[in-house]
Amino acid sequence: MSNLRWKVITVVAVTVIFFAVGVWPLIAQRYGITQPSWLMDKALKLGLDLKGGVHLVLRVQTDDALRLTTQQEMERLRETLKTRNIATGAMDATDSTHFKVDGVAPAQDAAFRDAAAEVQANFDRSAGTNGTYVFTMKPNVQINLRDESVVQARETIERRVNELGVTEPSIAQQGQSGDQILVQLPGVTDVNRAKEIIRSTGLLELKIVENGPSPTKEGLMTNNQVPAGMEIVPGAAATPGDAGTMYYLVKKAAVVSGTDLRNARPSLDENNQPAVAFTLSNEGGRKFGNATAQNIGRQLAIILDGRVQSAPRIESQIRSEGRITGSFTTEEVQNLALILRSGALSASLTYLEERTIGPTLGADSIRSGVLASVVGLMLVVVFMLVYYKLSGVNAVVALVLNLVILLGLMAYIGAVMTLPGIAGFVLTMGIGVDSNVLIFERIKEELEAGRGVRASINAGFNRVFWTLVDTHIAALISVAFLFQFGTGPIRGFAVTLFFGLLSNLFTSIFASKTLFELVLAERRQVNTLSI
Amino acid sequence: MHIFKDTHFDFLRWRWHAIALSWVVILAGAFVFFTRGIPLGIEFAGGTAVIVKFDQPVPAQNVRAAMDKSFPGGADNIIIQSYGDPSQNMYMIRVPSVGAESGAALSSTKQQVVDALTTNNVGKFTEVGTEIVGPAVGRELRSRGIWATVLSLIGILLYIAFRFQFSFGVGAVVATIHDLLVTLAFLAIFRYDMSLNVIAAILTMTGYSTNDTIVIFDRVRENLRGMRRDSLNDIINASVNQTLGRTIITAGTALLTSLALFFFGGEVLHGFAFTMVVGIITGTYSSIFIAAAIVSFWRGTTTRAAARAPATTAPAPQQPQRKQKPQRKVRAS
Repeated sequence: MSNLRWKVITVVAVTVIFFAVGVWPLIAQRYGITQPSWLMDKALKLGLDLKGGVHLVLRVQTDDALRLTTQQEMERLRETLKTRNIATGAMDATDSTHFKVDGVAPAQDAAFRDAAAEVQANFDRSAGTNGTYVFTMKPNVQINLRDESVVQARETIERRVNELGVTEPSIAQQGQSGDQILVQLPGVTDVNRAKEIIRSTGLLELKIVENGPSPTKEGLMTNNQVPAGMEIVPGAAATPGDAGTMYYLVKKAAVVSGTDLRNARPSLDENNQPAVAFTLSNEGGRKFGNATAQNIGRQLAIILDGRVQSAPRIESQIRSEGRITGSFTTEEVQNLALILRSGALSASLTYLEERTIGPTLGADSIRSGVLASVVGLMLVVVFMLVYYKLSGVNAVVALVLNLVILLGLMAYIGAVMTLPGIAGFVLTMGIGVDSNVLIFERIKEELEAGRGVRASINAGFNRVFWTLVDTHIAALISVAFLFQFGTGPIRGFAVTLFFGLLSNLFTSIFASKTLFELVLAERRQVNTLSI
Repeated sequence: MHIFKDTHFDFLRWRWHAIALSWVVILAGAFVFFTRGIPLGIEFAGGTAVIVKFDQPVPAQNVRAAMDKSFPGGADNIIIQSYGDPSQNMYMIRVPSVGAESGAALSSTKQQVVDALTTNNVGKFTEVGTEIVGPAVGRELRSRGIWATVLSLIGILLYIAFRFQFSFGVGAVVATIHDLLVTLAFLAIFRYDMSLNVIAAILTMTGYSTNDTIVIFDRVRENLRGMRRDSLNDIINASVNQTLGRTIITAGTALLTSLALFFFGGEVLHGFAFTMVVGIITGTYSSIFIAAAIVSFWRGTTTRAAARAPATTAPAPQQPQRKQKPQRKVRAS
């Protein structure tokens, strides 16, 4: 008897707990109740397909990061060779992981090898004929750089999305090679703005102008060559490739870059045109102060993503405050400030997949999903009551309990409800009554074999126990692979099925039996069972 | 109440008919597959789908005409179908191509679709949803989908072989592969798009079908202990009969919920619900007719070397049917 009391207490406690976590917040939300907040925080969240929003998959072009490193290392070697007076022929980055040095004089070969030692932490050196050397990035360095560039891109996207003010965004790495980033932005409708902000490289560089602007590249060259340590940068035009593009010859080394920024915000220039004001960090401010003091009267190019936005004349020494002016709209200025604050991307991004779900489409899905669930559950309930009569009530109680536990578990682990997830819910219930059917059919058989009611119930539950364990484990195996395979909504579906199977074991074996025992405990002599 | 009370159907007798029927369905599906292919959903095939909602009812041919006139390449490969409830005036326009998979160009095809509708004045509309999937994503998903299915089948085989005997594992997996092929055949014949949701339904159905089979095997195992004097075939028949009520009722409740999803679940769940309905029916059928028959074949060929019945090729000469013994109620201690 006390054994039964504990079973009843367990079932009631489980019901109350899962009801509080899973069902109460849903009911409360509907009637505008917001208390208690520690429960409301756990409310089941809707997935993108129900809520509406943007789903993007991007690929990080990790080759970019390799190319950048190869070029930087080559430039570093060039500087070293220059300071040590070692003459070479052309130096050239042949692809993202190789660079080549030509024409090292035999007399300076030893000195060259010595100088090259400093890049050999990351590169393997191999000698060719006529003083040619090829440097190849080490495989482990390549892997590390690729991983880093994906992580860095993800973090940058996270900062940008947070700046956008999206509630509950989800940003995750995925894909077989791990170079894809999944971005989900619930409730966002302006897809194009979101896409532009996420993808912009956002590389800001301030460089001293040596010559220009000039309408042609050739006009800036001496002897048809770009002078050493300099580069030609196109100006920003209204449309890319516009005939009116101007070119600037600037020093290759940047005075300051985006990493020296402390803050950036929208502001106005002296003509009341939209502009971005920025503040430099202490270190950046010191560098900027020195450079501007030495170059008063010259032009400073403000280069964003490889294009000169403007090239104002340096009137006096500037320490930490500056302004990016150009032909911007107010919205562009807001986006630019946001991108600059969140930092630059070291690798470019391309879109692989893009989905937008309008809020009306999501609402339609909720409506039809809920309707189908209610109809499906009602049909099952009616069937069980007609077929199993009073014992059917037992099955229906188990089914409702299953529903409550499942909702509670999903809410507790913070699972997201998707449309396939709703389908999983209904199917879990429809297939879940199987456990009750199995037990009830067995009880019937036992009764027909002439056993007493109590004995039949016990035998029914005991014999079916291992069958249920077997069927549930086999189902869990396929659910596990489904989870492994799926993305987004399908994962939601797999999670629903997984927890549905677990809670079904509890309700059908433990709760349902307790209910039988409770009913029978009232009566001394039991001769018939309504089943 | 009883649907089936104390039945004594000789299911194994019908195994050749059942196997023949299954082959007919599977071969019909294979024929459709090789002649017309299986339509792939946008997640697998890649492409651009735009869902637009018009303010006024617009005939589908107007939408097609607009695409034909203004969409680069014409409307030949474009699928235009009504989406959701017809009163919503929604169309899904699906184009097999996407903009270049570089930079932000992916959505340029979508823009071309929208532009074609705008320039031809088909009617005032809003974009309610878009789906643009590049070829790389589809390629990766295809291989992952196949692996998930194969691995889950192997997992089930191992589990059943561990809990029962190897022959039971083979029976369950053959039955599951059968269900998979029959379901795919139906999907091909009824031209449902192979989408992520359909794959999810297929894997769910696999679990359901195994479930069904395990219940019967469990009873066979129990009866193997209790009916030592009976032949394996009699034991199998008795087991299928004893669990028949449960099998049918479970299929019924699962079918009720799947049908509710099919009729009320909306456009997105249509393929999913169809797959479940077909899967539940074939899963139930295979548990009754196929799974146990395989166990019988397997045991027959491995234990009785004399009877070399070719299990997989043409029907063996019909064995004289054993007289049906009255079934004892089995009450193993």
